[in-house]
Amino acid sequence: MSKSVEREAVIRARSLTKKYKDFVAVDGIDFDVYRGESFGLLGPNGAGKSTTMKMITSVSQRTSGELTILGKEPNNQGPEIRAHLGVVPQKDMLDRELKVWENLVTYGRYFGLPRKWLKTKVEELLEFAQLTEKRNEKADDLSGGMQRRLAIARGLINEPEILLLDEPTTGLDPQARHILWDRLFRLKEQGVTLVLTTHYMDEAEQLCDRIIVMDKGKIMAEGSPAELIRKYSSKEVVELRFGTDKNEGVAKQLEGKSERIELLPDRILLYTDKGEALLTSILDSGLHPVTSLVRRSSLEDVFLRLTGRTLVD
Amino acid sequence: MITQALITQAVAIAEKRAKRPGASVYSGRAITMIERSLYAAKSSNWLIIISGFVEPVLYLMAFGFGIGQLIGDIQDGSGNPVSYAAYIAPALLATSAMNGALYDATWNVFFKMHFSKVYQVMLSSSLGPMDVALGEISWALIRGATYSVGFMAIAWPLGLVTSAWGLLAIPAATLIAFGFASIGMAITSYMKNFQQMNWVNFFLLPMFLFSGTFFPVSVYPEWIQVIVKALPLCQGVDLVRSLMLGIIDISVLGHIAYFVVMIVLGLSFTTVRLKALFMR
Ligand SMILES: Nc1ncnc2c1ncn2[C@@H]1O[C@H](COP(=O)(O)OP(=O)(O)OP(=O)(O)O)[C@@H](O)[C@H]1O
Ligand SMILES: [Mg+2]
Repeated sequence: MSKSVEREAVIRARSLTKKYKDFVAVDGIDFDVYRGESFGLLGPNGAGKSTTMKMITSVSQRTSGELTILGKEPNNQGPEIRAHLGVVPQKDMLDRELKVWENLVTYGRYFGLPRKWLKTKVEELLEFAQLTEKRNEKADDLSGGMQRRLAIARGLINEPEILLLDEPTTGLDPQARHILWDRLFRLKEQGVTLVLTTHYMDEAEQLCDRIIVMDKGKIMAEGSPAELIRKYSSKEVVELRFGTDKNEGVAKQLEGKSERIELLPDRILLYTDKGEALLTSILDSGLHPVTSLVRRSSLEDVFLRLTGRTLVD
Repeated sequence: MITQALITQAVAIAEKRAKRPGASVYSGRAITMIERSLYAAKSSNWLIIISGFVEPVLYLMAFGFGIGQLIGDIQDGSGNPVSYAAYIAPALLATSAMNGALYDATWNVFFKMHFSKVYQVMLSSSLGPMDVALGEISWALIRGATYSVGFMAIAWPLGLVTSAWGLLAIPAATLIAFGFASIGMAITSYMKNFQQMNWVNFFLLPMFLFSGTFFPVSVYPEWIQVIVKALPLCQGVDLVRSLMLGIIDISVLGHIAYFVVMIVLGLSFTTVRLKALFMR
């Protein structure tokens, strides 16, 4: 894909820092988000993803550094910025006392949108979120997946240019996740810029054009999922399990067999471009793993390489 | 591929609204908070709402007409005889306004701040913290004013309003409700747990009993009078009593000023506090 040099950065962060007292939650990060792209923040618990999202939403004030959203300054143009944003917080934060449709109408009213206009918009969003039949239920009585969809519909009430989604699919079953991914694809097709955080590498690979991998408030790497895998990992991975207490000993024996080897508490990972061949040679050398598997490298491996830790711990 | 900047109609409206000066504190849309409260009220506990209204009425019956029989007429502030029921009715009207206002501004607000997270959501739309503060306070004051209108509807036919000035007791009660709602929400915003919330209740009962509600504050020693007269309910009781019994003098303005200050302080502290809690 040829990229135009004139891409418009809708979000621009330079040395962006957030401290809570002495604790540095976001530690001088730089990134740009371009119009129309889907941008992912990937990282383990406490990496600073939500904090970054809150600074973009301008409900949390940065401690230092630069941040502009659509060229505006969040410190004094917060409401103006939020008029362009759709926010789907990590915890749904629905108005549980209200019905499904009331959640949508009231949120639209907070933006100053006229009731008449909202009437048709709400129908459209109920349809989009597949909640038309649940419109008169209390938000509290919806299933987790439905609540998530309602939160997303609510974030879309002001037809935002940029949609911020903090862990949109955490806690959803696989089917519900796929429905959501489909909805997000459609928004992207309509030109909405997506910024999302996730713990799931498959989600990042599916949804994101570009990602940054964060850990402890810092950016560890940046690029498209494919670029990152190419840069930080091999084509394939051989996963071997010998049993918890044996893995370490065997790992020593395997040293030198592949470009890189990672020892995890429950398994050994061998990075190579020719997985099957490597596995055959290991089996031929008389080792008998309890289970073995050859797979493509994923962002999980990139993360492991960068931080020495797994994403979901 | 360059995607064209697409500003939709909705964003355009929302942005225009957000561009008012001072919009990061107050966007002028507190009314949308009241709309929200109306939706939520449909499912609220009517028994609790009604009991808040009935309470002062029961006091009026038991003390005004029950104990009032034993007491007979007493003297009002300017020395005229007045029935005991007519003496305590204004105090109970002021108390209705207070109860109604505090019902929403304390426990409901506490729940929303700590459990339901609705304020966070509102503040991630383009509402400012003062919209939220004013919206919630206004809703609370509506309940306070409604209680006092209800109380008036009972007191008037019973002949407990002896002056035409008494009509002004309703706007006065609204002002009192506004004051209590503002201060109530401000104080609640500093409370961290249920124990601390209970201290508020602990303070309210004595204030209700001793603020010149059932007997004049002149029975106290001088120094206690000074303290009691500084209490908001006592100010409210004096204000409504002056109007309902038609004893109008300069002190009425003093009471009004007291509540205006209370409103301004409560609203400011609530706004600052919402910002500190949810926008740091
Ligand atoms: N309001 C706050 N006060 C103090 N510390 C905070 C606050 N909010 C976040 N933190 C700290 O900042 C760090 C980053 O938190 P953040 O919520 O941004 O992480 P995250 O990447 O979103 O993690 P998760 O995947 O668990 O959602 C954490 O260590 C957290 O404890
Ligand atoms: Mg988070």
